[in-house]
Amino acid sequence: MRATIIAAFLAASALFAQDLPRFRWENFTTANGLPDNRVYSVCVDGDRIWAGTDNGLALYENGKWRVFTTADGLAHRAVLYLALDKKTHTLWIATMGGLSRYSAGRIDTFTQLNSGLPNDVVYGVTVQGDLVWVATAAGGARLDTRTNQWSLFNERNTPMYEIWTYNVTAAEDKVYYAVWGGGVLEYDVKTERWKDYNDPDGETEIVLFKDQGLIHEITTSVSYVNKILWAATYFGASRYDGRNWRNFLDKDSGLPSNFLNQVKTVDGTRTWFSTDKGLAYYDGVQWATYRPALDTHAPEMLVRDAAGSVTHVPVTTAPAFHYTFGIDFQNDDIWVATAKGLSHGIRMKPGDK
Amino acid sequence: MRMGMLGQMRRTHSCVPRRQSCRRPVPQGEEASRRASTRHARVRAPQVLAFLAFVATAAVAQTRYPSPDDLVLSPDGTRLYAVLSGTGEVVAIDTAKRAIAGRVAVGKVPRGIAITPDGARLYVTNSWADTVSEIDTATLQPLRTLPAGFEPTGIAFDGRGALYVANRLSDDVAVVDLASGAITRRLISAHGASYATAAADGNRIYVTHIYPILGKFRTPPRSEIAEIDARTQIVSNRIALPDAAGVLHVAVSRDGRLGLAALLRPRNLVPLAHVEHGWAFGDSLAVFGDDIGGVVQLPLDAIEDYFSLPFGVAIAPDKKRAYVSASGSNEVAVIDLARLVTAARSPSAARLANDLSAASRYVVARIPVGRNPRNIALSSDGTTLWVANRLDDSISIVDTERLAVTGSIPLGAPPTLTPERRGERLFYSSAVSFGHSFGCANCHLDSTFDGLNWDLEPDGFGIDIVDNRALEDIADTSPFKWNGQNPDLQTECGPRTERFFFRSQGIRGDDLEDLVRYIKAIPLRPNRYRSPDGELTPAQERGKAIFLRTTRKDGTPIPEGSQCFVCHSGKYYTNQLPADVGTGKPTDRSPLVDTPELTNVVNSAPYLHDGSAHTFEEIWTIFNPRDQHGVTNDLAKDELNDLIEYLKTL
Repeated sequence: MRATIIAAFLAASALFAQDLPRFRWENFTTANGLPDNRVYSVCVDGDRIWAGTDNGLALYENGKWRVFTTADGLAHRAVLYLALDKKTHTLWIATMGGLSRYSAGRIDTFTQLNSGLPNDVVYGVTVQGDLVWVATAAGGARLDTRTNQWSLFNERNTPMYEIWTYNVTAAEDKVYYAVWGGGVLEYDVKTERWKDYNDPDGETEIVLFKDQGLIHEITTSVSYVNKILWAATYFGASRYDGRNWRNFLDKDSGLPSNFLNQVKTVDGTRTWFSTDKGLAYYDGVQWATYRPALDTHAPEMLVRDAAGSVTHVPVTTAPAFHYTFGIDFQNDDIWVATAKGLSHGIRMKPGDK
Repeated sequence: MRMGMLGQMRRTHSCVPRRQSCRRPVPQGEEASRRASTRHARVRAPQVLAFLAFVATAAVAQTRYPSPDDLVLSPDGTRLYAVLSGTGEVVAIDTAKRAIAGRVAVGKVPRGIAITPDGARLYVTNSWADTVSEIDTATLQPLRTLPAGFEPTGIAFDGRGALYVANRLSDDVAVVDLASGAITRRLISAHGASYATAAADGNRIYVTHIYPILGKFRTPPRSEIAEIDARTQIVSNRIALPDAAGVLHVAVSRDGRLGLAALLRPRNLVPLAHVEHGWAFGDSLAVFGDDIGGVVQLPLDAIEDYFSLPFGVAIAPDKKRAYVSASGSNEVAVIDLARLVTAARSPSAARLANDLSAASRYVVARIPVGRNPRNIALSSDGTTLWVANRLDDSISIVDTERLAVTGSIPLGAPPTLTPERRGERLFYSSAVSFGHSFGCANCHLDSTFDGLNWDLEPDGFGIDIVDNRALEDIADTSPFKWNGQNPDLQTECGPRTERFFFRSQGIRGDDLEDLVRYIKAIPLRPNRYRSPDGELTPAQERGKAIFLRTTRKDGTPIPEGSQCFVCHSGKYYTNQLPADVGTGKPTDRSPLVDTPELTNVVNSAPYLHDGSAHTFEEIWTIFNPRDQHGVTNDLAKDELNDLIEYLKTL
């Protein structure tokens, strides 16, 4: 009787979880040709996968990894973020030693000495038409690739009171910076004006006014799609629709942790989070977490429904590690950069086991 | 200590308020003469004659020569279209009658031309207007003016509806969608993207670069051919060309398996003391494609008989022969492609690049043509080669069976040659150098520069490395040479060039005067960063204020000699005096360098007298640690960026 109940429960869980994406995970490490297991960023370019690691840039193509290092012109071995110009397939590479650009085998590098880049510690980069927006340890920057003009954004010309910019996202109408310790900075393309969003209670350790503003000042990542902004912080996540804020903490959502490294939204609602305790997904109602279990390291998928009930979905594979950094999408698949390898989540169809 | 040397920068045209103290002191005698002239304003016969002579000279100086540059044949072979860069036209030639059938005006300084596969449309790059002219070949009338990047030069059509425009000054390739007439994407190219060709099936576009990729100081030059997949409109490959710079026209065989590009292999890292050993330039071909399985560089020179400055390339439809023009030695090489491919595929191919005996393996003839032959076009049956002789204002017709010029089509040049035109012919000719190995235009490509630093002086190895300087609008910027030791261009271009460069008879007497007249007449190219109304952007305004400042940010005064506009003063932003700005190297005999003018300085990287600064930024971030080259170390990064935005407008 008891076994029947458990079987029914698992079956129901599996059925329930079919609404949420399930993956068969393939993981890549140095054993497969990655230059380092610490993978900070991943970027999908069609069938090609770029991985930014602690020890170089890697390209996965036709089943093989090709590695680019400083000997190839890369600004620094530590590749923190990647952005693809989808028109030209030029890859912009944020590193600890400058901004590099890869195009058809050639790497060019921009540093604070040879270009208008404000600082060589480049945390984030994104492409907006002919413009490249950069997040550095000394403020933001915009490179106009038509004129090679660099425009810098810092405490002197924006409301930025902390210049440690960590990430940047851009759409046609807005550009957002995640400012580490300085909240979120918004640039309106039409008016060319800046606006900042900060934690309304100004408290580091507590949340006095939930949903009244950004959850925390220490922002690490922003993602803006369909006029919806998501911000990741080390103390939870925030969603902003231009009028209202909604915040998410591990205690009242399916986030496995409040310590977020990246947020990447698909359409403003369906959103992915890389945390120190696994990869998380939110579909607007339910949550899922993908990771090796924190204790046993066994593959694990957790689902939290709208009522807050958490169930385990039986899985046989998991991302390479629970500490996750970067995320990118390849059609229905997902790629995840972790501290112990790069993971490819191959989307399973209903009924797949 | 004199300050304000903004690197080995070029000259400028726009005006910063010129301070009295910045002016170059006028010699007393000269000033006295001016005053005397004003006082005694009587008209005298000699003055009248002098005035009339001046007027006549000025009129001649404005004479415009057709100057054919690029060519394309209609698909049916009945029309040859030539781009006349001097008169801003395209001329249509009836190939049967060998006569001009019509002309159409296009934009400023047209350079490149492409035709649609049905022969209905021509597309012409207007290099000084940053546009492309679309022309109806049936009516020979312009239809549209399409956008391009900075200084569009080469152009190719993919047969699908997209143009690929190589933009020399913006270092990119603009993809122009013909349906919308808009640029849909800009592909990253290398430095000085200049010539383009499409494979016969339109699937691949190849783009070459006139300037080398900026690499580490005093390392071998390198260039590349950008290969664009026209189906995806992205750069799919970059064919590396080590030891090469100055890559000109490129052609691809009809089957798409063999490509050829004309190029220079400059020997700029060794002292230019080996001219007589053929060790100044290697005039070469890049041979690439599936037939080769990679890329190989093969020489066109022969011992003491150099094939100077190869320029245009054509491959016969049957792939038996290729033709290459030499714009300095005024000839066309006929190449046996089977032998060329054999040489390129041989195990020793890499070693042939500098072998002056190698060309005899595959160059079967060299046919003299007109002056400064540029691009060439081959008839579809391969029997007739058309050669654009830019400085003869004519088209040579070469019978490829007889290997001889059988006719010439004049393009309507004025009846007389101006001194400037005579000088231009000298400038582009390699005739005066040892073995006619090179001319002025080898380093000053298209009368600009080559992006290289050279070890010119035969005074020891590695002494006085110099960056090649641009020549636009330099007439009134004496003295010359990097250290200002040549008081005038006659000295610069005459005995010094004869001794240190050509190792031959040099250019003297009236020829020298003509050459100097030409150099002084080289015009200033349009500045792309200055708005037509002269209004500066906010960043440029802020940069201008920094350029003109007399105090540091803390309010302390900047010594006059360290104020940017003191040395970089006047119309050309030079006080024409030497200065030590702390950029001298241990290999320089003197730390004093001539204050360079800043006109269009944005176009002429690298910078400083020796080309050691790749970018504007490096001038101050790396090479100005003690504020000797202007006071810049108190500037924040965004302020330095503003200063650079201003300098781009000069």
